[in-house]
Amino acid sequence: MREMIKMVVVLVVLSSLSGGVLGALKNATEERIDNQVLKFVKGPAIESIFKEADNDPVADRFSLTVGEQEKNFFVAVYDGNPKAVAFETFASGFGGDMGVMVAVDVETDEIIGVSVTTHNETPGIGATIETNEDFKKQFSGKPIIGDHKVKDDGGEITAMSGATVTSRATCKAVSRAGDIYEQVKSQIRDQVKNFTG
Amino acid sequence: MAKTIGQEFVKGLWEEIPPFRLVLGLCPTLAVTKSVENGIGMGVATTFVLVCANMLVSILSGVIPSKIRIACFIIIIATFVTVVELMMQAYAYQLFLNLGIFIPLIVVNCIVLGRSEAFASKNKLVPSLADGLGIGLGYTLSLTVISAVRESLGTGKLMGAQVFPSSFEPFAFMVEAPGAFICLGLLLCIMNIIGKK
Repeated sequence: MREMIKMVVVLVVLSSLSGGVLGALKNATEERIDNQVLKFVKGPAIESIFKEADNDPVADRFSLTVGEQEKNFFVAVYDGNPKAVAFETFASGFGGDMGVMVAVDVETDEIIGVSVTTHNETPGIGATIETNEDFKKQFSGKPIIGDHKVKDDGGEITAMSGATVTSRATCKAVSRAGDIYEQVKSQIRDQVKNFTG
Repeated sequence: MAKTIGQEFVKGLWEEIPPFRLVLGLCPTLAVTKSVENGIGMGVATTFVLVCANMLVSILSGVIPSKIRIACFIIIIATFVTVVELMMQAYAYQLFLNLGIFIPLIVVNCIVLGRSEAFASKNKLVPSLADGLGIGLGYTLSLTVISAVRESLGTGKLMGAQVFPSSFEPFAFMVEAPGAFICLGLLLCIMNIIGKK
């Protein structure tokens, strides 16, 4: 009996110590890890859209609650004016959720550019969206609010290939971005003023 | 046969060098040695876990009841592995992306548990530290050698620098999984030949 109690005590103490240490460490590193994820996973997509921004859009960000979710908005400053935000939306592609970073001009509500963050599309077909600038350029200059569709569905976007799965997913993600933007437009405009580069 | 601290340290570098002499910890050895950078990263991470786990196990060996010692060792090892994982995410995210699942898998690396069970639980703090450090460095050394052979033959490059003239056709087989087995086998063979003399 004594032996059993000792075993239980040792295991409990050891586990709780371990849990405590790891919990503290996780709290301490959480912010840094979030930054690293932003920099390595979302950073390249953001930078490819905001090539000429004066600031670092990955560092200059704010978050808003949209529906029930908290979303990050990345601010780009041009010539001292914070005039664009980028945020990520998701839509179902051929191989699961595809993340699309959409950048919007907050003055004109026009799309500046779109870029893919994460995807599981077929290599050689859907996955070419990573480098297919001609396809992604079609969104630039269009008003963000409203439905974006491929030509087969009566829209204006020329699909990348005949199967249109990835192209449709991109359109859907951009349309969703439009919905989100419509909902929180005034808040975005207020927040953006705080960034002056 | 009592050994000095120095001998405990040095044995890990040749006499009991993993994975060649102990032939333990083969999973990461085969999987992550595609490039020297990954090999060294994995080696350093394992060394950290080995040294910390060895020290803590030798300190606690009087307290841990023998019936549940394996469970206790695993808790200790898993704690340090999680520490490594969090630190790597926070400070070396690219390496974390490269090594991926093999970081949490250090928990089940037989070398770490093997040293705790076979050495640290029966020895004092300082010899355990020397043992962990020696075996860890030996492991790092082995991974570095294997990955150097694989990377140079497989891609013609070493840490980004061209080591073979551009006329050299990269032997892509070497960076695939079967190349890892063949490389390990040949190196083991060379070591045995040297050892016999």
